[in-house]
Amino acid sequence: MQKFTVLTGLAAPLDRANVDTDQLIPKQFLKRVEREGFGQYLFYNWRFKPDGSPDLGFVLNQPRYQGATILLAGENFGSGSSREHAPWALLDYGFRVVVAPSFADIFRNNASKIGLLLVEMDGQLMREWLQRAQANEGYRITVDLARQEMLGSDGFACVFKIDPFHKRRLLEGLDDIGLTLERQAEIKAYEESHQEPWQAVAHGLTPRE
Amino acid sequence: MSTLLDKIWRSHLVRSQAGQPDLLYADRHLVHEVTSPQAFAGLRAAGRQVRRTDLTYAVVDHIVPTDNRAEPLADAVADAQLKALRANCAEFGVALLDTTDPRQGVIHVCMPELGLILPGQTVFCGDSHTATHGAFGALAFGVGTSEVEHLLATQTLPQDRPRTMAVRVGGALGPGVSAKDLILAIIGRLGVAGGTGHVIEYLGKAVTALSMEGRMTMCNMSVECGAKAGMVAPDETTISWLRGRPYAPQGGDFERAAAWWRTLPSDPGSRYDREVSLDATAIGPQVTWGTNPGQVAEITGAAPDPAGLAGEQERASALRALDYMALKPGVPFRDVAVDCVFIGSCTNGRLEDLRAAAAVVGARKVSPGVRALVVPGSGQVKAQAEAEGLDRVFKEAGFEWRLPGCSMCLAMNPDVLEAGERCASTSNRNFEDRQGRGGRTHLVSPASAAAAAVTGRLSDPRQLI
Repeated sequence: MQKFTVLTGLAAPLDRANVDTDQLIPKQFLKRVEREGFGQYLFYNWRFKPDGSPDLGFVLNQPRYQGATILLAGENFGSGSSREHAPWALLDYGFRVVVAPSFADIFRNNASKIGLLLVEMDGQLMREWLQRAQANEGYRITVDLARQEMLGSDGFACVFKIDPFHKRRLLEGLDDIGLTLERQAEIKAYEESHQEPWQAVAHGLTPRE
Repeated sequence: MSTLLDKIWRSHLVRSQAGQPDLLYADRHLVHEVTSPQAFAGLRAAGRQVRRTDLTYAVVDHIVPTDNRAEPLADAVADAQLKALRANCAEFGVALLDTTDPRQGVIHVCMPELGLILPGQTVFCGDSHTATHGAFGALAFGVGTSEVEHLLATQTLPQDRPRTMAVRVGGALGPGVSAKDLILAIIGRLGVAGGTGHVIEYLGKAVTALSMEGRMTMCNMSVECGAKAGMVAPDETTISWLRGRPYAPQGGDFERAAAWWRTLPSDPGSRYDREVSLDATAIGPQVTWGTNPGQVAEITGAAPDPAGLAGEQERASALRALDYMALKPGVPFRDVAVDCVFIGSCTNGRLEDLRAAAAVVGARKVSPGVRALVVPGSGQVKAQAEAEGLDRVFKEAGFEWRLPGCSMCLAMNPDVLEAGERCASTSNRNFEDRQGRGGRTHLVSPASAAAAAVTGRLSDPRQLI
């Protein structure tokens, strides 16, 4: 997993609640079998009109937000499906951080596996950040994970909370599967002590007699 | 005192250490074509194997056409995804219900009907509607592709323990009012993020009175209020539904398993982090008017006036939703004409759902100009419905009778709404563009969808039965 330590970048405000995964990455792009290249489809139906031309009214298409790496958003960000393609698309587009008052559970888990930092921000402070990013062209924010701090280019600052274990995983770029495979012996012990006859279907799905 | 969740969590702990997520063992890992290819690629790149092929089951459902399955599929990208699943399952030794298998269907319909999902189990799948399987008193939730890879490699999942919520539903649902209406009313009450971070346990008379199909419908949509999972404690309804299913335990094993299942319900007086109560008697057929499942009202009502809603975010969200849905505040739902009706999905594609819809249709005809689809949830549902003659009821009325798959629920296959088309749908999400770009989705029960098909408008099915 990609590490996250400190990032200074342009902030883009997407002031909407309940941004769902169908908007983040529409289903027609989920048929691809690769992990990369989803950034071009991020917010596809908001970025592009039905004829394929860019919708210049959409915030991410405005010249002032080109190259943004920090997305500021509304509550319940990432609601809906389990598609990890949604955080893949954000990361591939160039975002490394999403700041919002709340996130949907599966989206949060998915982001945590790929090094996309989600910062949960109290609603009042969130409004401040959104307003500052809208009011000041070229508004940049430094996100320092070790210090759990956000510092705006106008001097506005706040601290944020994050689960300590998750923080360490991000700072060190730890791979979950690698960590769990160190626990092989415990997994084996669990399996050996849980052998109820109804648990295993030893013959796969071949039709039973 | 322990809740159902406590009991399942404890019995699946491989490892628990303060300051880290718990490591849970997975009894069942369900796999489909959309969220698995990158996970298998990850395994291959790392030289890893699938740890428990005997606990991992795959099916193709999201992208399959429901009219013509001739290969190669017309959509070349979908065709490649189908073949990738086949190749991955063959390479790693995972059992696959392929397009030609009579048991194939929507993953959350066909896996339970085979008896693969049992009370007290942990069930994971790269699909948010995995919550369905909580109906059996299992802990079941959706995961992303990285977690799919983790499950394939280790048969475990690191998870922080969720909070608990009890949703108690007293009273009884009236005629023409179904589990779909109940869960929509619950989502309306909790809000689209009201369940975030929680596992919901559904309790009360109106819940235990539901069939297994009804419980699956209810648990399925738990994720639509943000909940991690929904659950119903196993009881005699659960046990008799499972008895004799092909992959459920058999004979003496079944009786021993059932004795254990009966110990799983939450102990009386158990405490939950949050408790909510509703009266089923007061709930009528529901319809969503907006672009998330929490934007829902009684079908006898009208589109709301955003000005009357509490909270700035709610008002902004409702304004945007009504604009997208092309609904004027105050317009009665019965005056809203539909272009399309979709009956199917992991929420409402089971036999009971098709029976409820067919009962409303009766000898009536689909309203002129309405495109109406029935997509059975699985090959078995389709066969049973045909044995009962339900297919004839639908076909004679003018519905299209299709092959099983996810179909227009998320429109990853060729079943798609055109821009501006309005659909009464028994699926689970009314997000913008979900059923097709610019498509407008109203979530309803199977009976209400059938009522909309024959009247050409959003309609109260109680007036037709």
